[in-house]
Amino acid sequence: MTGLQAYLLLSSLLFAIGLAGALTRRNAILVLIGIELMLNAANINFIAFWHYGPATTYITGVMFAIFSISVAAAEAAVGLAIIVAAYRHSHTIDLDSMNSLKG
Amino acid sequence: MTWIVRYVCLIPALPMLAAGISALLPQRSRKPAAGLAIVSMAASFALALCAFAAALSNPSPQVFNFSWLQFGDQTLALGWLLDPLTAVMLVMVTFVGLLIFIYSTGYMEHDENFTRFFCFLALFAGGMLGVIIANSLLLLFMCWEIVGLTSYLLIGFWYQNPRAAAAAKKAFITTRIGDLGFLIGMVWLYAQAHTLLFYDSGRGALESGAVSHLAVTTTIYGLTLSSAIGLLIFCGAMGKSGQVPLHVWLPDAMEGPTPVSALIHAATMVAAGVFLIARIYPLMSAHGVEVVTPTIALQVVTWVGAITALFGATVAVAQWDIKRILAYSTVSQLGYMMIGLGVGGPAVGMFHLITHAFFKALLFLGAGSVIHGCSGEQDIRRMGGLRKYMPLTFLTYGIGMLALSGFPLVVSGFWSKDAILYSAHHWSVSQLPFYMASLGALLTAFYMTRQVCYVFFGTLRLPGHGPVSHSEPDSEDTRHHGAGHPHESPAVMTAPLAILAFFAFALGFLGTPLWPWFQSFLNGDHSVAAEHEPGLVATMAASSVIALLGIFLGWLLYGRQSIATCEAPDVLERAQPQTFRVLHQAYFIDAIYDATFVRLTRWTAKLADLLDRFLFHGIVQAISFGVLGLAWVDSFVDNYVVNFGFDSSWRSISMGGRAMAALQGGRVQAYLRYIGLALVALVLYLLWGVAR
Amino acid sequence: MSISFLIIAVLIVGSTAAAMGLRNPIHCVLTLSITFGGIAALFLQLGAEFVGLTQIMVYVGAVAILAVFAIMMTQSRRGLMLGTFSRNALVGLLTAVAVFSVLGWAVLSQPVAGVTAAVSPVSVQQIGSSLMHEYVLPLELIGLLLTAALIGAIVIAMERKEDTE
Repeated sequence: MTGLQAYLLLSSLLFAIGLAGALTRRNAILVLIGIELMLNAANINFIAFWHYGPATTYITGVMFAIFSISVAAAEAAVGLAIIVAAYRHSHTIDLDSMNSLKG
Repeated sequence: MTWIVRYVCLIPALPMLAAGISALLPQRSRKPAAGLAIVSMAASFALALCAFAAALSNPSPQVFNFSWLQFGDQTLALGWLLDPLTAVMLVMVTFVGLLIFIYSTGYMEHDENFTRFFCFLALFAGGMLGVIIANSLLLLFMCWEIVGLTSYLLIGFWYQNPRAAAAAKKAFITTRIGDLGFLIGMVWLYAQAHTLLFYDSGRGALESGAVSHLAVTTTIYGLTLSSAIGLLIFCGAMGKSGQVPLHVWLPDAMEGPTPVSALIHAATMVAAGVFLIARIYPLMSAHGVEVVTPTIALQVVTWVGAITALFGATVAVAQWDIKRILAYSTVSQLGYMMIGLGVGGPAVGMFHLITHAFFKALLFLGAGSVIHGCSGEQDIRRMGGLRKYMPLTFLTYGIGMLALSGFPLVVSGFWSKDAILYSAHHWSVSQLPFYMASLGALLTAFYMTRQVCYVFFGTLRLPGHGPVSHSEPDSEDTRHHGAGHPHESPAVMTAPLAILAFFAFALGFLGTPLWPWFQSFLNGDHSVAAEHEPGLVATMAASSVIALLGIFLGWLLYGRQSIATCEAPDVLERAQPQTFRVLHQAYFIDAIYDATFVRLTRWTAKLADLLDRFLFHGIVQAISFGVLGLAWVDSFVDNYVVNFGFDSSWRSISMGGRAMAALQGGRVQAYLRYIGLALVALVLYLLWGVAR
Repeated sequence: MSISFLIIAVLIVGSTAAAMGLRNPIHCVLTLSITFGGIAALFLQLGAEFVGLTQIMVYVGAVAILAVFAIMMTQSRRGLMLGTFSRNALVGLLTAVAVFSVLGWAVLSQPVAGVTAAVSPVSVQQIGSSLMHEYVLPLELIGLLLTAALIGAIVIAMERKEDTE
């Protein structure tokens, strides 16, 4: 197992745990956090590929990670705001009882 | 052009204005309405006298034209003219009209629609005067139709009476038949002559340029255009002037108030047809290349006039209603005028028109006075002996009767009728109209004597005075007076009678063969010279004998022994009941029309109704049933084929939708789960793809 | 495969599992910040210092705090103790396991070695000049996105009169 594979395996595990959290938690905020974790796993992949890439002077991977972090920050802000608004609307953040998103 | 030509238009305009104003007056303002009408008529009369004076000094037609409508490069011009014909008619109409207006204030005194009556009368006078001054056939036609309309309104003035309403309709429709010919003729004339102006400094339709063009062009049956157009216009004149066979409306028109009968259906309107022919005489008499001395058009006019003259005279012999006798007499006299126009030219016909206007107005107003005095009684069998009760009326009526009968030498009717007979005698085509006219003259004298004997001589046979009394449905204004003693009419009615009586005498001397001023005036030359033509004295003698014979016969049959009761049959009826009945029913012409035209119209209407009901209705029904059947088939297909297919497909779609909706549970985590599983599937697919 | 990586990896996995599995949401967020810190350490180890520091600032300093605030704001006295896991938690867990197994299989079945040669840490100056040159358009776009997110978050979360009964 090479170094890169270790990192990729770690990020896969992180992604899977985040996904598991997003799929199993009832608390909407924790689901959001799970999604953040999956994004972080992706970031680890970017950095790992950059690190083990042909030349570290090509900083594309780093830049991608930076932008990804920015987008994730924005996503977290909007997502939490939506959760607050939804809570205010239906007085719950229980995803099992929030099922109005259907046809 | 003197000033009067420009202002001639005021003569019809003033009464029309009066009509317009009195139409706005409330019903109760009786005096203003009558005053307005009379004042406007008097002013028109004064202007007419001025116009007459102007025409005396300059007999050639003077015109005032203006363009009325312009469409494309065509200009439709209207205008009025002043020539001797117009001047004479203007004076006659305004004068007789004025007298009848004054008379009407007495006669219509008790009518609640007095205001409306004067409005119509004034409108009529305006229309009639417009006909007279028109220098354009179009303007003449417009005024002609105003006259027709007011005639309708006035005949049906007592529209509550269904007979009056029917008579009004009859008059309107009958004259409209004639007017159709007039209209066609007018359009044809415009198409050929490109103008409807009569005189337009050489370019008018009656001036040599257009007329000579029309006279040489022939149409169907070798008829010249001028004759064809003239005959079409003569159709209008026949309708208006009550010539056979369009005379049927005139006797029925007596349902109107008596002044209306006098003004419209004796003196003026019915003369409009005669006037029209006199106006377009240059067209009627236009010669082609080969000279046919009397043109076809004039021959037709003469024959129609002769038939009408004899027809009217024979029918008048057998009438009971005082006004119907006069009405048939009018028909007859209008026939004379037509003969005069046909054989002798406008002067002869117009002379009789003028004299007839005066004495027939006199007779009608006298009859009105009699009716007024007898409380609305119109049947001469129930009158009698009235000379004692109504001396003034008797006197004036007698003069009128003598004038109509053509009593020798003293009355106007003699001279005018004599001129006609003389001209007819010298007609180159046939002598038959002369004999017909002579027989008519004999009968005229006879029936007038009969009427006077019935009305003024003998004993009074009024209901309540005679031995038997029964109500008469014919009474026209019994609601005003209770049946009572006959009485003389008020001065406002008798004064016009006296004036008219004077003119019935005096007018004749304007046109005697010794001093034919009238004829030369109308013909436009000033040489008033006696013409001694061969056979003149003989004709005069013959007509004198005819008139005297008629009067004598009448006296023999009706005057010698007085009529005792109103049930006593007429002397002629006793002798020839069948003939009398035919005559009384006016040769059953109304019945014939009823049996033919009216029934034809009814049958056509009924046929159309049947066609509608069965054929067209059937077609419509069939179509609708067809549509219904189609709709049924359609609905069947819909219900059992389309609906079935649609329903089942809808059901499957719905089921699919429900199945899909189950996936859309609204739970975010379920969606995420599907994404995760899809990711697994994708990665597996990719790995296997790579592994191979 | 260094010792430090192993320690960090164990730390990350452990804290992440705790963050996704603990009952109290506040505890979850607290363990989550450990995860974020671990990831930052991983970045530092890999030579991406700037990304690592950004990770700490953004995630530990902002997102975790925000999450705590959100939890506190949505905590109702009555419904404090929600059930931790949803009804279909087992299916979700199985799905996650399946995802991990295919990903792990994918990683292990492709022996990518990579270049382990001289690693020159990327400097902040380098990143700054790239941002201002090659990446200036994405930078502007991300600025726009962040502004929109900022305004949007405020608008969405803003308390409306008519919403509060």
